[in-house]
Amino acid sequence: MEKIILPQSDKESRGVEIEPGNNSEMIPNSIFKRFFLEVSSLTLFTLRFFKEAFKPPYEFNELIKQSFLIGYKSLPLVGITGFIVGLVLTIQTRPTLVKFGAVSWLPAMVAVSIIREIGPVITALIFAGKVGSGIGAELASMNVTEQIDAMQVSWTNPFKYLVVTRVLAATLMLPVLVAFADAIGLAGSFIGVNLQGHVSAYLFFSQIFQSLGFNDLFPAFIKTFFFGFAVGLIGSYKGYNSNKGTEGVGKAANSAVVFASLMVFLIDMVAVQITSMFQN
Amino acid sequence: MINNSAYIKTEPDNKESSTVVVRMEHVKKFFGNNYVLRDINLVITKGENLVVLGKSGVGKSVLIKCIIGLDDIDEGKLFILGRDISELKKNELIEIRKKIGFLFQSSALYDSMTVRENLEFPLSRQLRSLSKDEMGQLAKEALENVGLSNTIDEMPSELSGGMRKRLGLARTLILKPEIMLYDEPTTGLDPITSREISSLILEVQKKYNTSSIIITHDIECARLTANRIIVIKDGVCAAEGSFTDLKNSADTWVRSFFE
Ligand SMILES: Nc1ncnc2c1ncn2[C@@H]1O[C@H](COP(=O)(O)OP(=O)(O)O)[C@@H](O)[C@H]1O
Ligand SMILES: [Mg+2]
Repeated sequence: MEKIILPQSDKESRGVEIEPGNNSEMIPNSIFKRFFLEVSSLTLFTLRFFKEAFKPPYEFNELIKQSFLIGYKSLPLVGITGFIVGLVLTIQTRPTLVKFGAVSWLPAMVAVSIIREIGPVITALIFAGKVGSGIGAELASMNVTEQIDAMQVSWTNPFKYLVVTRVLAATLMLPVLVAFADAIGLAGSFIGVNLQGHVSAYLFFSQIFQSLGFNDLFPAFIKTFFFGFAVGLIGSYKGYNSNKGTEGVGKAANSAVVFASLMVFLIDMVAVQITSMFQN
Repeated sequence: MINNSAYIKTEPDNKESSTVVVRMEHVKKFFGNNYVLRDINLVITKGENLVVLGKSGVGKSVLIKCIIGLDDIDEGKLFILGRDISELKKNELIEIRKKIGFLFQSSALYDSMTVRENLEFPLSRQLRSLSKDEMGQLAKEALENVGLSNTIDEMPSELSGGMRKRLGLARTLILKPEIMLYDEPTTGLDPITSREISSLILEVQKKYNTSSIIITHDIECARLTANRIIVIKDGVCAAEGSFTDLKNSADTWVRSFFE
């Protein structure tokens, strides 16, 4: 018999405990089976997040601390990436536009791609690599060394204290990081434009702002919250449910990055579908 | 002896109930098909150190995690300080479990916090009315009690294994528990440090009159700390007695722990 023990609301069970049964010929492919079990346990984890996030007491101090660690500490990395992407994209796009005699459109084109797509997605991927793996490894090592249990016997709800704060911090900080990366990316693009021609800063930025509308900014902004939420949630999920062994820490960090990055692309795809539905 | 008196001591007004702090009756605990605890009966009286022996994986940690509420028992009865915990409301349960301290096998220090913050964490979580100064004072005292006064601003990663154990103990004792649960307190420590931890355990017992369950593989620790010893095998208490009783037991399997 297959037996799945669902988490009880008040005992701090870590997600779903899966007991391997004997008649697994019901679903022949064990990868499929594991996939569905993983999805169902992630869904439960997500539901638990919403349940605990809205229930007082709130861990404000820890939320602020995590926002600082997750947001502020990622600024340099995100800034450098944004700058390089803006610069390279501009340099790479120029020859194509020259061919069509449309080189004056360069700032507008680069700006639209950075704001709508490249800024959010690249930043979210970097964020998944840095913050997602960080949360995964941290929570997994807390799990291995019984720190999560210790928290619970100190009458602290570890899910609230550790998971809710990190997921919220990631959700709130990624949009800020994306805005920062976009700005630096456009600055990089300005330099890129001026490497092979001359466009004044005034002209460059007024062209950009003319070409960008609400339709470019708003959906791009909204989807970054979802990216941040996914990265924080998957990192926490992998860490919180890790195996109680040292190898569990590496595995949690690694699968957090892989899974979170994949999720960023999936959310992006859905977001594009929704936006284009409204724009037609 | 345990079974004869099993049902009398549950009465709150019974004279004996004031001395029994933890009682387990026919406790069962399983994970899926893995029956870890099959039929555990035990009593701990006020001020007593009970040592639990048993092979790795036999369920010793599960046993004490059931007492503190990190795991729930599946069948049987568990009484803490005379109250049947299955009949308690959630906040009563919290109140009762606040009186239990737990020293984790890995010490479970919070890596991201300093020694001081580690000590203040349980305080700030339970006694929210304490001022910053009062908390600092309690943290200092707790460190002095375990001989670690000059480490207050260090990170746990800078401490040795023995110091980490002591800090873990200080963090637990800061809330003045009536019942202490020690999960392999000397595992992984050298013999001298182990002896220091054992004498700390005795000191705690004397100073606060706590009742303790001490899980250990370390016979020296058992010899030094135990008032009574039980041996767990296949999910039941297979033997019970004083250190010398069990050391000279007729059962070769029981004796094998003492070699
Ligand atoms: N949360 C859990 N889920 C599933 N099995 C568990 C869990 N905790 C403990 N076990 C199982 O219970 C048994 C006893 O574990 P434990 O109490 O840690 O042994 P020990 O006597 O060495 O302390 C082991 O077989 C372990 O696999
Ligand atoms: Mg154990």
